[in-house]
Amino acid sequence: MELFASLVTISLGAILSNNFIFSQFLGICPFLGVSKKVDTAVGMGVAVTFVMGLASAITWLVNTFILVKFNLMYMQTVAFILVIAALVQFIEMFLQKAMPTLYTALGIYLPLITTNCAVLGVALLNVQNSYNFIESVVYGITGGIGFLLAIVLFASIREKLVFAEYPKSFDGFPIALVTAGLMALAFMGFSGLQLPL
Amino acid sequence: MNFGKQFKEGLITNNPVLVQVLGMCSTMAITTSFMNGLGMGISVLIILTASNVVISAIRKIVPDKIRIAMFIVVIAGFVTCVDLALQAFVPAVAESLGVFIPLIVVNCIILGRAESFSYKNGVLASAVDGVCQGIGYTAVLMVMSIVREFLGAGTFGAGLLGAEAKGIRILPSQFPVGMLTLPVGGFLVLGVLIAAMQWALNRPKKKKEESK
Repeated sequence: MELFASLVTISLGAILSNNFIFSQFLGICPFLGVSKKVDTAVGMGVAVTFVMGLASAITWLVNTFILVKFNLMYMQTVAFILVIAALVQFIEMFLQKAMPTLYTALGIYLPLITTNCAVLGVALLNVQNSYNFIESVVYGITGGIGFLLAIVLFASIREKLVFAEYPKSFDGFPIALVTAGLMALAFMGFSGLQLPL
Repeated sequence: MNFGKQFKEGLITNNPVLVQVLGMCSTMAITTSFMNGLGMGISVLIILTASNVVISAIRKIVPDKIRIAMFIVVIAGFVTCVDLALQAFVPAVAESLGVFIPLIVVNCIILGRAESFSYKNGVLASAVDGVCQGIGYTAVLMVMSIVREFLGAGTFGAGLLGAEAKGIRILPSQFPVGMLTLPVGGFLVLGVLIAAMQWALNRPKKKKEESK
């Protein structure tokens, strides 16, 4: 029961109140880059969720059974980024063989996940918050779901933005950032969210 | 390659944040106070220059196919050095920057410069490029953190100057809008800054066209 409660708290935090995009500023590059259309945003969000969950699990194992055991904690950054890069490469190869349709749909976004700071960020935050294995995986997956939610909402607003009138200097990224700022303001409303325990 | 042109590119016409729109995460996340902006800017400057030099030096012996992995290993090495150095010498800064120091590894500015500049140019030019782009990045961080700290907390240089390192108070404490030091402020201030940059960069062109 206690574990369940902590998992619910972690999930709610990762999806809403401590959303990776709007309150932790992780994964902004793909958030701004791949949000012009809702379809691609969904593809990217799902891919990121998948990689974040898997990366949390593997980096937790690497950290606990290799880095901590041999007292190599200072190699964390290097080890994690290598694990993530290898993982993304494997997923790419696996998808190419097993699910070619999904592979073509994700296209260039898949390799780009390596340099998505949300993925490395979640691995580092798991260590920082000293989560256990299950908590880490749940945090990774729900963090990814939070990313998916944010990017899909943002993409649907951006599609409508074409019809809006704003100063010409705000064309492109600035108006997107202002939009994201207003969304972050809305997400701040979740910050009081707590489980009545 | 002349230094002046590269410097102008790094600072203004090809500024990593305002024009290339790279490395947004750290730019928005840590610019809540002047001290953080400065610490992050200098860390990136050092890592960018060092990794540019190394990547440029080894560019001829690295096979094309594994170059990205190579870049990441080089960058991660330097990031670890800077991370440990910060923790040892300025623990307060290391703590307030938190997870964003190790995250410099995936900062697109560094990987972007490695791929687009130092993999194609000589060691000296790459070093200069690293310094110039680093200065451009630092300058944006400084401007953003000064604006956000001034409007959001009403102070200047918190953690660095003033009594008990709380910064020099400029606005009386009832005026600041606390929202600006929160994530919202990061998005809004950066949006307005990029808009200002686009406006400034497009202006001279229009004048020339009119004179023709």
